[in-house]
Amino acid sequence: MINWDKPRLRVTGLKKHYGDRVVIDGVDLEVFPGQIVALIGASGSGKSTLLKCLNLIEEISDGQIFLDDEEISAPGVDEDEIRAKIGLVFQSFNLFSHLSIMDNITLALKHVKGMSKEEATKIAQKWLDRIGLGDRGDSYPDKVSGGQQQRSAIARAVAMDPKVLLLDEVTSALDPELVGEVLDLIRDLKKTGTTILMATHELAFAREVADWVIFLEQGKIYEANEAKEFFANPQQERTKAFLSRMAL
Amino acid sequence: MALDDSSISSAERARRDFKRRKKNKSVGLAMLSTLAFAAFVWFGLLATPGWQRVETSFFNWEVAIEAFPRVFDGLLLNLRVLVAAAFLVLITGLLLAIFRTLKSPVFFPLRVLSRGYVDLFRGLPLIIVLYLVGFGIPGLRLEFLGRVPAEVLGTIALTLTYSAYVSEVFRAGIESVHSSQRLAARSLGLSYSKSMRLVVLPQAVRKVIPPLMNDFVALQKDVGLISVLGAVDAVRGAQIEAAKFANFTPYVVAGLLFVLLAIPTVRLADRISRKYSEREQMGSTL
Repeated sequence: MINWDKPRLRVTGLKKHYGDRVVIDGVDLEVFPGQIVALIGASGSGKSTLLKCLNLIEEISDGQIFLDDEEISAPGVDEDEIRAKIGLVFQSFNLFSHLSIMDNITLALKHVKGMSKEEATKIAQKWLDRIGLGDRGDSYPDKVSGGQQQRSAIARAVAMDPKVLLLDEVTSALDPELVGEVLDLIRDLKKTGTTILMATHELAFAREVADWVIFLEQGKIYEANEAKEFFANPQQERTKAFLSRMAL
Repeated sequence: MALDDSSISSAERARRDFKRRKKNKSVGLAMLSTLAFAAFVWFGLLATPGWQRVETSFFNWEVAIEAFPRVFDGLLLNLRVLVAAAFLVLITGLLLAIFRTLKSPVFFPLRVLSRGYVDLFRGLPLIIVLYLVGFGIPGLRLEFLGRVPAEVLGTIALTLTYSAYVSEVFRAGIESVHSSQRLAARSLGLSYSKSMRLVVLPQAVRKVIPPLMNDFVALQKDVGLISVLGAVDAVRGAQIEAAKFANFTPYVVAGLLFVLLAIPTVRLADRISRKYSEREQMGSTL
């Protein structure tokens, strides 16, 4: 499924600091079309910040980001246009609380992609059916479970047909019994070849679905490898320590 | 209350009996204290040396009936001013609030101006604004305006002052929308202005409805101040009638009418606040 011709997303020398505090300290990475890359690391290692930088929600301090051949970190790019091509799903869902689930999904389709209400509704309904919430489109976010909210948030992002989907610890805010349904949806997305870069604490899940695993510590990539190899044969002491701390 | 008495345990029955006795006792106490208080006020008032004169000059039934039509006509003018001012205040207040949240350097003057405006009109007593507008604008002798009626000038003055308050309410509402909502909107590619219009403002407006109702109640009685400009509203009408009869009863009539007007709004405001605070507490995530 992975197309190795050229990377979909390429990051070189990315740095991010808030004043004196360095959060991302020179990260290089590539994500190929159809590839699933897992970002792991302790809390505060910079995973979330990295994803926010890639979506241009956070301004970067140095380095370059390329989406296909376009440098999206170049001065003067239309950031809104770029963001529409990069899906970002948050740990805390962030569904729009004043809109129904259907309207949450159609909002950007209508107002960013300029679709008619009918077109947008058709796409949204297709996604709602796929995530198993076909009949809940009229419900408001606070009337459905956390797992259903997070699935809706993922549907909101993928309905935009993004070139790459960034998932920021999408199961961390969920009760344990609701994690499975969200992970099932990501497995389902993998089948259809969605390109995904995900920060996650679910190491077993990363080992199962990810093609490539990146271990981030103190804003640096400490170790990166093919998923199976990464978990079977960690090379670095810190990686080993982290994996054993996470009881894997 | 599906359980009938036969199915409850004796322990629960004892608890209920105890609660019932306690409740009866408090109801009795409340009645007693209310009666005592009413008697105290009533006899205290009647016992004052000037009560006889106060009664004839403030609570004179014949004068009240005679004065009512003019005062009531005046109240209709107050109502018209209220509706017009409330409408203008909502629009101006919202615009001022939006100006203050604009980030782009292009809008720097707009941001500073609206800031200055809010500082000025929140500090300026309404009565002074009324005098400045009411006598200042006609003083400009703008021929094309013709003769501006006092109630229009009053509406302008009320709008100027209340817009400053209401813009602060809106601004607080906009700032209370959690930043994650803005972030989610921007991450989907919505521009700043679209995020504002489609996500932030709709949520902010829902949050500020209760405080806005409070300002509306305040405006409802402040419309009586347009009388200082000579508009024949309920207060001015009462003044005319009071002069005619050399009796203060018309003021009491006007006052009662304002209170009657306010009660439904106050109740409505309470109910709306309750409804919205319930929804807030049910809590969407973040």
